[in-house]
Amino acid sequence: MTGSGEDIIAVRDLVKKFGSFVANDRLTFRVHRGEIFGFLGANGAGKTTAIKILCGLSYPTSGEIRVAGHDVYTGREKIKRRIGYMSQKFSLYEDLTVSENIRLYAGIYGLKRNYIQERETQLLESLGLRHIKNEYIRKIPLGWKQKLAFSVAIFHRPAIVFLDEPTGGVDPITRRQFWEMIHEAARDGITVFVTTHYMDEAEYCDRVSIMVEGRIEALDTPVLLKKQYHSANMNEVFIKLARKR
Amino acid sequence: MKRFFGFVKKEFQHIFRDVRTLVILFALPVVMIVLFGYVVTNELKDVRIGIWDRSGDQITRDAINKILSSGYFVLAGTLDHEEQIGSLFRSGNAKVVVIFEHGFEKKLMRENRAAVRLVTDASDANSAQLALNYLQGVLAGFFRSLNPDAGLPWEVEIRTRMFYNEEMKGVYMFVPGLMALIMMLISALMTSVTITREKEFGTMELLLASPLKPWEIILGKVTPYVLLSLVNAGSIILLGTLVFNVPVSGSLPLLILECLLYITLALSLGVLISTVAKTQQMAMVFSMLGLLLPTILLSGFIFPVDNMPGILRGLSTIMPARWFIVVVKNVMLKGTGFAFIWKESLILLGMTIFFIMAALRRFNVRLEK
Repeated sequence: MTGSGEDIIAVRDLVKKFGSFVANDRLTFRVHRGEIFGFLGANGAGKTTAIKILCGLSYPTSGEIRVAGHDVYTGREKIKRRIGYMSQKFSLYEDLTVSENIRLYAGIYGLKRNYIQERETQLLESLGLRHIKNEYIRKIPLGWKQKLAFSVAIFHRPAIVFLDEPTGGVDPITRRQFWEMIHEAARDGITVFVTTHYMDEAEYCDRVSIMVEGRIEALDTPVLLKKQYHSANMNEVFIKLARKR
Repeated sequence: MKRFFGFVKKEFQHIFRDVRTLVILFALPVVMIVLFGYVVTNELKDVRIGIWDRSGDQITRDAINKILSSGYFVLAGTLDHEEQIGSLFRSGNAKVVVIFEHGFEKKLMRENRAAVRLVTDASDANSAQLALNYLQGVLAGFFRSLNPDAGLPWEVEIRTRMFYNEEMKGVYMFVPGLMALIMMLISALMTSVTITREKEFGTMELLLASPLKPWEIILGKVTPYVLLSLVNAGSIILLGTLVFNVPVSGSLPLLILECLLYITLALSLGVLISTVAKTQQMAMVFSMLGLLLPTILLSGFIFPVDNMPGILRGLSTIMPARWFIVVVKNVMLKGTGFAFIWKESLILLGMTIFFIMAALRRFNVRLEK
């Protein structure tokens, strides 16, 4: 295991309450630089709440949280420059073209125009989407939109990218291709923090944490988790954990 | 700064690529001003009147001819005694009855005054009032032509001259009111809808997770609407001037400045609504019910504030449009300077600051959740 200096996310005792409801109950975990960290759990387990806090979209009730070397209470602006975020809706502007969306987000992150142009050409080439460069987003299929949303989220080469249920609603083949993109990003040195409720996707992660009702019940590599819970796959691990409660 | 302009550019792209938005922005003001100018204002045509000429002399006959040839009135019937008035009104055949008194011409010549009685069916008060005003106008014109010598004081003449302006006042009235309405519509409704749209599509989260600061996002979203609202204010003033001869008597820069203040107010209301509404439809309903209807009903645009019952009059004081209309009327029609409207301007400014603070507060509360 790598030392704490290499940890890009460090969370200790993160609590988030909505009234009397505890959405996140004393979460403690660390994410190492360059790894693919799976944040697993059923719907409503508190994944999205936690990811929003890490991205600075929401304030925690209490806890110590550092992202990309900055404190979430005091260093939000600095954190935001170093992260990418992709929501479960693959949010892009429907009435802007593919190219306009890329340039808009790149511009928001303050990238130079020449650089944007160069990278955009590269990106569309590698995605095989050059022919729809000037197509409106509302006209392109969901799978392409998903890839594009991801590419936009890492266009400014963030230290870490947060993916909130990035594979919802797409077919298995597209999901598979999408995970290849995630691995490619990780090879380029981008830490990936990904939430999902598809347990099979956990196998693609370096390490996973499993949340049940607001708590982290288990955190390790998929191989060790399967061994620990005497399971053939991650789905079984998850079911055993959920029953334990 | 470059980041900000890129963001504003995108907002303009949203606007210019959506036909519905374009229609609301550019066609609506023109349609409304034409509608109000020609239809809703006091245009009168072919009102049915009854006439009871008790004198039957040359002057009354000429006066009747004048009335019937004015284009505003058609003869429903002539009367010869009192009871016929009631039956004429009840049958709905006439709205107004004109009665010339006995010996009209003789009295006019001898005493310099004679009476015409105008009786109206006031069950439809507005059109009755309108018909009366027109009748008085026509009669005044007629008597003036009879007596070009200004040395002789004709009582009718003095009264009618005041009423004769009534028609023009109607046109003058609706231009300030329409400005208040349209700018409220565009600024508040459009911004609340465009901001909730970002929430609905999830793009707001992306923006909030980006280095753009929340106030930059809000400012970027409202900037295009400030410009477009100003363009609209300009086009309403221009249309009012060119088509309906509504003057800009006061200072144009002052008028524009006041418009800008009112636009800012409406925009902050729009932002406030967007922090409450979860969907575009909700934002639309909030804006329509919460802003447009009260603006139309309580601002004094259509129904005079002075005629309202106490509670409604009290409510009207919290309508931004009420104060804005006073300001515009003063600057546009009366040509007064800032000295006469500083109180209303101060109220508008106070409201603006209040709504901006409230919107910012709501925005932050939402973030904390």
